[in-house]
Amino acid sequence: MADGEYTAHQESPVKTPIAELRGVSKRFGSVLAANNLNLEISEGEFLSFLGPSGCGKTTALRLLAGFESPTEGDVLLDGEVVNSLDAHLRPVNMVFQHYALFPHLTVAQNIGYGLKQRRPRVPKAIIAQKVEQALEIVRLEGFGERRIWEMSGGQQQRVALARATVNEPKLLLLDEPLAALDRKLRKEMQIELQNIQRRLGITFVLVTHDQEEALSMSDRICIMRDGQIEQVGSPQELYDRPANRYVASFVGTTNFFDGTITGVDGDRACILIENGQTVTGWNASGYSTNDPVSLCVRPEQIHLSHNNGSGEALAVLVLNRIFQGEQTEYLVRHDTFGEFLVLAPRQSELNEGPFNVDEWLFASWDASGALILSRNQSN
Amino acid sequence: MVMLVLPLTVVLIFSFGERGASGGYVPAFTLEQYANLPARWTAFKNTMVLAPIGTISSLLIAYPLAYFLAVRADPKWKTVLLVLVIVPFWTSILIRSYAWIFLLGGRGVPAFIDWIGFGSVRLINTPFAVLVGIVYGYLPLMVFPIFVSLDRLDKRLLEASSDLGATPTRTFVQITLPLCVPGIATGCLLVFILLMGEFLIPALLGGGKVFFVGNALVDLFLQSRNWAFGSAVAATLVFIMLISVTIYMRLISRLGTRREDVSLM
Repeated sequence: MADGEYTAHQESPVKTPIAELRGVSKRFGSVLAANNLNLEISEGEFLSFLGPSGCGKTTALRLLAGFESPTEGDVLLDGEVVNSLDAHLRPVNMVFQHYALFPHLTVAQNIGYGLKQRRPRVPKAIIAQKVEQALEIVRLEGFGERRIWEMSGGQQQRVALARATVNEPKLLLLDEPLAALDRKLRKEMQIELQNIQRRLGITFVLVTHDQEEALSMSDRICIMRDGQIEQVGSPQELYDRPANRYVASFVGTTNFFDGTITGVDGDRACILIENGQTVTGWNASGYSTNDPVSLCVRPEQIHLSHNNGSGEALAVLVLNRIFQGEQTEYLVRHDTFGEFLVLAPRQSELNEGPFNVDEWLFASWDASGALILSRNQSN
Repeated sequence: MVMLVLPLTVVLIFSFGERGASGGYVPAFTLEQYANLPARWTAFKNTMVLAPIGTISSLLIAYPLAYFLAVRADPKWKTVLLVLVIVPFWTSILIRSYAWIFLLGGRGVPAFIDWIGFGSVRLINTPFAVLVGIVYGYLPLMVFPIFVSLDRLDKRLLEASSDLGATPTRTFVQITLPLCVPGIATGCLLVFILLMGEFLIPALLGGGKVFFVGNALVDLFLQSRNWAFGSAVAATLVFIMLISVTIYMRLISRLGTRREDVSLM
């Protein structure tokens, strides 16, 4: 875990970003739906806006699509300010949450709709050909003449995708595109979306509240809360180096231990946990002595053992054990640290013998896997 | 079903009968009544010209109104405006028509037109007056089905159309209009059927000069007590309506399919 990996990701891009939000705010009446958003989207990347409902992620998407214009700040496409450019004039297409397919048109007519609007007119034969190609990409060959209501949810999803991608937009916006699909289909579509994105090389901007979806598909994730961007980074960065407690708890599962810094040594710091035990953590943000902090330890960073190897391990009582196959989840309790989760690989139980409920064990972790964050929720 | 068919059957049987010496009905089987139909040709002509024109005029006025109510109006005011559209329905058409008699009569609009210097025109007791009355009276019936179809229209479809590069006008022509065809069809059918049987508005605003089949029926049944001939006229009217509604339905469904063929272009 070299520190260099975690320095700011936004190196100056070689090309102008394909889209950019510069200090963008959007106010609906008294509600500030987007608050000073700054974000660069580079060509060909797969970026996700992740956050709970009402966090402003959909507003961000609608600002890019042109359905909303910013109250403050600038929206740029390809280096040009497009604040008041109407949606129909933007080289951007959207896959709507409930697909918004035209019920009175066939599948082929839906897909060809965008091409049909172009001026100068695109020849009929070319439209037909491109529609055919688009159907092939989403694996719906031969469905062109079907009516929308004859298609299943998954198929409608593909039609919506084809209708947007056939126009070869600079930016493809996806508003919770998989939310209406069942779990199995969603998994399949996640993989398919990624394949299509790589194949077409179109920049994808996805909005989702499903962290697993964002983590598995995106090159970068933009975590939002209350209209603000909390952190932008690759899935790994967000997971390993969350900027604050909010991001840490939103991406993956985390144990938090509140305490106060008692001493700093390089990028390590000692923390006195409330009720009096001292542990070492990774002081990446450079807190100083007496700062109230939270220690953030991912369950899989914690090692369980029958014996106290280093002498510094915590004696914990196993409260619950959930076998998950390749790993096992334990809920344990320590006198000072309270209850926390541990995720142990199958191998550690095979090596050490079974860890049973009501058994006393020793839990330990590397200081490098215990990130020190500010105690309050934001920063 | 019996309730619906029985009166019609009675009318049909009567239409083959004869008029009694002092009116009413004498059982018989003769086609004499139908042979006399040309005597009422003007009433049929007026009905068959003014009913379609009235329907189309209502549509032309109702559509923009419904569009405004459903799409443009502030949601807060929507209900209030809708109620305003129905309010006229709360008073009898008889009273409202009298208001029009005054408005279109010598001291109403024509006086105003004369005053601003466009010469004297006569409005009352003309087909135009009847048309005005018809459109006024039947507007809510046309507005409502269209309003409902526009109101139910998924606004995201309009956003999707815009997102795919369609200008607002093209979105209207390609998405809004086709998707509210059912509402338009219902409104037209309702208004047209009711207009075919209308008698009050022509009687009041047409002043006996512009009379509909409905007026002829009132005459025959209530005044001349010629039930047999009246039944023949009524049966013919029902028959004409059946035919025109069938043709209309065919046209609408044809329009539906053809529009989709065309729209890929």
